[in-house]
Amino acid sequence: MPTVSMTVNGQPAAGEVEGRTLLVEFLREHLRLTGTHVGCDTSQCGACVVHVNGKSVKSCTMLAAQADGAEVTTIEGLATNGELHPMQAAFKEHHGLQCGFCTPGMVMSAVDLLNTNANPSEREIREWLEGNICRCTGYNNIVKAIQAAAGQTGG
Amino acid sequence: MTGAPQDWTRAPNVNLRQVGKPLVRTDVPGKAQGRTRFAGDHVMPNMLHAKVLRAPKASARLTRLDAAKARALEGVVCVLTAADLADRRAATDIPGQTGRKRLATDQQILVRERVRYHGEPLALIAAETLALAERAADLIEYDLEPLPGVFDPVEALKPGAPIVQGTDNVVATYKVRKGDLEAGFAEAERVVENTFRTQFVEHAFLEPEVGLAWVDENEVINIRVSTQVIEHFRAIADALGVAHNQVRILGSMVGGGFGGKEDVTVEIYLALLAQATGRPVRLAYTREDSFFGHGKRHPFVITHRTGVTQDGRITAVQITMTADAGAYVFLSPYVLLYAVVAGPGPYRIDNVHIDARAVATNNMYTSAFRGFGAAQACVAHEQQMDEIAKELGLDRLELRRRNFLRTGDEIATGYAIESAVWSDDCMTKAWAALGERAPEDGPVKIGRGVATYQQSYGRITWLHDTSEAWVGVEIDATVVVRSGVTDIGAGQVSALAQIAAELLGVSLGEVTVYNSDSATTPLAGTTTATRALYMTGNAVHLAAEALRGRLIGRAAEEFGVAPSEVDLAESRAFVIDAPDKSMALKDLVGICASEGIHRSELAMFRAPFTGEIDPETGQGRVHPDYAFGAHAVEVAVDTETGEVTVLKSVGAHDVGQAINPAAVAGQIEGGAAQGQGYALSEAMIYRDGELMTPSFSEYLIPTAMDMPRVQSIILESRSGLGPFGAKGIGEPALTPVAPAIANAVADAIGRRVFELPITPERIVMALREAEPRKGPR
Repeated sequence: MPTVSMTVNGQPAAGEVEGRTLLVEFLREHLRLTGTHVGCDTSQCGACVVHVNGKSVKSCTMLAAQADGAEVTTIEGLATNGELHPMQAAFKEHHGLQCGFCTPGMVMSAVDLLNTNANPSEREIREWLEGNICRCTGYNNIVKAIQAAAGQTGG
Repeated sequence: MTGAPQDWTRAPNVNLRQVGKPLVRTDVPGKAQGRTRFAGDHVMPNMLHAKVLRAPKASARLTRLDAAKARALEGVVCVLTAADLADRRAATDIPGQTGRKRLATDQQILVRERVRYHGEPLALIAAETLALAERAADLIEYDLEPLPGVFDPVEALKPGAPIVQGTDNVVATYKVRKGDLEAGFAEAERVVENTFRTQFVEHAFLEPEVGLAWVDENEVINIRVSTQVIEHFRAIADALGVAHNQVRILGSMVGGGFGGKEDVTVEIYLALLAQATGRPVRLAYTREDSFFGHGKRHPFVITHRTGVTQDGRITAVQITMTADAGAYVFLSPYVLLYAVVAGPGPYRIDNVHIDARAVATNNMYTSAFRGFGAAQACVAHEQQMDEIAKELGLDRLELRRRNFLRTGDEIATGYAIESAVWSDDCMTKAWAALGERAPEDGPVKIGRGVATYQQSYGRITWLHDTSEAWVGVEIDATVVVRSGVTDIGAGQVSALAQIAAELLGVSLGEVTVYNSDSATTPLAGTTTATRALYMTGNAVHLAAEALRGRLIGRAAEEFGVAPSEVDLAESRAFVIDAPDKSMALKDLVGICASEGIHRSELAMFRAPFTGEIDPETGQGRVHPDYAFGAHAVEVAVDTETGEVTVLKSVGAHDVGQAINPAAVAGQIEGGAAQGQGYALSEAMIYRDGELMTPSFSEYLIPTAMDMPRVQSIILESRSGLGPFGAKGIGEPALTPVAPAIANAVADAIGRRVFELPITPERIVMALREAEPRKGPR
């Protein structure tokens, strides 16, 4: 079996995988980073979003082999020295989650949004999140949390 | 009982310090960091991976099943077919909680001979890897001989229809005979009759069903599983032929339930494979498995014939309901009953006839889904109210106001409501919150709609529902709550912590809740039926209050005052009128510990217990109590394309007492989204029983793009049966949303689409029918 190696949350990570092994499977089953979730297998729900070289990617649509040599960040790698990432803190303060299953993907997607567009409009936030499904919240507080993380008030 | 309406006060009934505050729920920090372990995140050494092979036909006879090639594949440890199992069946009723005589509600665990629905399990596989299990599934050979099937409940009632269940496919009937229907219609000046249809709907919780089972050194089968009901251990044990104390269910935080994890899902398959292999086994459904693997929302056909006076007083209503139960019974009888109880809506109607049937077909079986029959009933009664208003030329809200139930009035089953009925207040506030109407733009028409409801909270009173909780205070004055309650994402656990914190005078962070383990936490019942807060919240309240009494009693002795003069707050005990007389809770607990004063309490809360309703008249008490509220929306409809955009969405609900208003608002917002999907886009489509929509590509859930910002209005009558006067919000949040949208679309285009979902195609068709007929072109 081929070997893949990458940097995951700042640490070197390597493993033998089958060619068909998805990145999400490598993260969850090989590295036991279970914060990244699988909700649909067909690339609609976005529960599996991680960052590959700083960009949000649905890790169920990428082979582990394709991430060979890449910098991967998962939800577990977002907080620094026990301090929540501002987006995580905003989701917490604004009740941007309920069951929490879509949350890691939402947070990772939202972080990439603000990296791309520091001051998005509500419309731009909603458009960005189209590939992240939440069945619990109606998206209200997710949008609010992202607005708050962007430093927008009155969201 | 026909007592005068009570004078509900809006003032809090106690001086609340924790309850009623929008605190960050205890489960939120872990979830925001991806640290919360869901059931599928656990592994064990030597673990096997399982797969379920499902029948690709809806109605067939299994004439051959040969697993030899699959068994021969290296790495395949076990393949189970019906031939390998003892002749036992799985209960699909609620075991042990009702003596009501019912049809045989059991389901075969694996297909022995007859396939009754598309996706019915044929075989179970356990292998060293998931890839091997999947390959083994492809190697199992079988022959299915097609049998005539029936795919429509009305067809299934006709003589000569293929029989799916029982002798005539009727799996449940209920009727209501209240008042004098003929006299009521004689009094009426108008009679309005309409038929409304609803569709199969999928829960689509984001976490597909998943579990991990192992047999421990005491031969106990342990199953860690994503479920709303850990007390299925009884049904699972019965299906396996082992004692009830030989099965343990450990829940995890559940990635959404909505009723779809109320029935047994993967547990029995896991237990059988763990038993057969002696190794830990994980079964994780794919999304496609999940579409096949649990019951759907019942499609209903509901006809209302309503007698009304010219000034808008409803004098009689005759309702017929036919629900598609699908291939197995599951909770269909209960869903039907809830639909009947809610049938006429939150209105006082003296003369009511209801005839309701749930009918078996070869469609996917149907069972619990948020709203549980009352949601389908609401789709009908609220559209009917708008149609009546139109017929009379009366304002839609005014028609409702003239008929709303009041406290002390009898509902359809003759039970007189004892709690507050704030339907009018909720409706008025929700409607007002819509604000200024959006302008119309060419073919884009604007419409508004409102819907109100009557939704039970708590289970059927003849199930004699109970819930237990244990509360203890540690020597360092931190608090522990133990209760079997499952947390399905609405903050069930956090609410219990908040109640214990309130009564024991500590902060939320000082309470730890252990939950959802049938072996170690007191059994709390199900997280279903909008009952978790009501039932388990009361159990925690009872236990914490008993503990509080002992702590305060001992503190009063120390202070030399009466117990009534002592309070607990901020981890201190103090004299209310002389706060300088105080001591740290830690010191008080230390005294109690050294004197052997019991620092914990196990309490059981019992819902009201009744016998069954009269089967001939449907009269009697069915539920502990009911919640009331309203949802209002404004929509834009493009009359050229049929596209609907929901512009504003407002829920206003009397929740009795919000334990955590942020969590309540979350329920309202989530209900608005799920209800919007129900109204406009979601449909599980079965063609001759075969599922056409097995992924999120075909089954369309509202995205962030589809949703407007939802507004929540929380009213608190403090009149409910739950802790601090709470009612419930889990199901009520959803129930009125779809009919409000249906009414708004009808308002916009001047025509009604009588069937959900209200798709662009149906809107365009309805508008075409309205055009004057033209010859062929």
